[in-house]
Parts: sequence; C-alpha cells; structure tokens
Amino acid sequence: MAQEQQRPYNQGEIRYLTPLSVDTRKKKYCRFKRSGIKYIDYKDPEFLKKFLNEQGKILPRRITGTSLKFQRRVAKAVKRARHLALLPYVTDLMK
Amino acid sequence: MNKYETVFILTPVLSDDQMKETVEKFKDVLTSNGGNIENEENWGLRKLAYPIENKNTGFYTLIEFEGEPTIVDKLETAFRRDEKVIRFLTFRLDKYAAEYAIKRRAVRKAKQEERAAQEAAEKEAAAAEPAVVEEAPKAEDAAPAAEA
Repeated sequence: MAQEQQRPYNQGEIRYLTPLSVDTRKKKYCRFKRSGIKYIDYKDPEFLKKFLNEQGKILPRRITGTSLKFQRRVAKAVKRARHLALLPYVTDLMK
Repeated sequence: MNKYETVFILTPVLSDDQMKETVEKFKDVLTSNGGNIENEENWGLRKLAYPIENKNTGFYTLIEFEGEPTIVDKLETAFRRDEKVIRFLTFRLDKYAAEYAIKRRAVRKAKQEERAAQEAAEKEAAAAEPAVVEEAPKAEDAAPAAEA
C-alpha cells in the first residue's frame, strides 16, 4: 500500500489538471489601426467611454493597446467632448 | 479657404423661436464674412454632463462652414458677446475629419429620410386603423381628421 501511494510522486513529471496558461495572453492591438478608423469623433460620447475609467479619466495606452498616434487623437476627442459637456471632467461610477 | 466646424450651446431658458433666431444670427455672421455654410445640425435640448452657469441642459447646434481663417475670430467674438451662448468650440477640419463629416452627413440624411418614411407609414396606419378597429363613436371622431 505504501508503494502505491508513493508512486505518483516518483514519476518525475508534473501534471496539471488544466493546461497552464503561461504566455498565452492575448496580444493587445490598436483597434483603430485594425478597423481602419482614421478620425475619432468627439460627438459620440458612448464610443469615447471605452477609453475612460469609471472616474472619467483617460485610460493609458498600456491598458487599451491603442497606438501612440491614435492615443493622441483619442485624448483630443475626449477633451473636446468634455469642453462641450458631452463627457464629464470628473465623476464617479460612470458605467 | 479652410473647412471649420463649430458647436455651440445656448441657454435652455430660450423659447424655440428665440433659439432659432439666435442660430440664424450666427449664420448671418458667417455668411456676411464670406463664409459658406455646408451643414447645419440641431441636436435639440440635451442634458449637460456637468452644470454650466448653473444650468443642466442646453440647446446644441453644429455648423460646418468654409471660409478664410479670419472668420473664426469674428464668429468667436460674436459668441462671446452673446449671453445666450454658454459654451462654444470651433476648430479646423483636417482631411480625415472632412471625410468623416461628409460620411456623417450622408448617414444622417439617410436616417432622416428613413424616419420620415416611417412616420408617414405610421400616420397612414393610424389614419386607417381607427375606422376599422375602434368603437363607433371614436371612429366618427377620426374620420374627419383622416379626410382633412
């Protein structure tokens, strides 16, 4: 009996119940480049909300994956929308 | 000649007529200074994302126009002088924005036509319905309206 219990440990191979998810993170991409959007409209607050956190702050590129070129344009669009009170400058629980 | 786009917010205390009059006034400013109005959109009374001058709503108007750069200064001076304007934004359209604006115009026009067609259909249906479905006294009421 003692032998049977020891057996799995002696196999010298580690087994997992579910396959490991190392290095399988999805690669981030710039949605504007991928879908061919050239101009970001400040008049569409619902779309711009995808780039804001719930306090109404602009999300960094490292989270959204937007390329630098379009991050600048997103920022500009958001700022225009804020000026025209289409988006709030500060808020809580926007979504 | 450059293409520009301007959006301004008017106070909600105005009546519909006053609002239209004010919009006309700014359009006059543009045309009298050699501007060419390409598109005008009235977004109606909208809720503001934050209060401006203690107001929570405002009439939004968008005008796309073409003109010399000096026209912007004149327009913005007119905005500043007018107390009815609570917020405005003017900027030059770059080539991508101009492309987008043309597309947006087409989409809006198509939508409007669709809505108009739908409304017409609904009206027809509404005019036809009461005579068939509703009770006798109501049908009598509806009949003259349908004739008119």
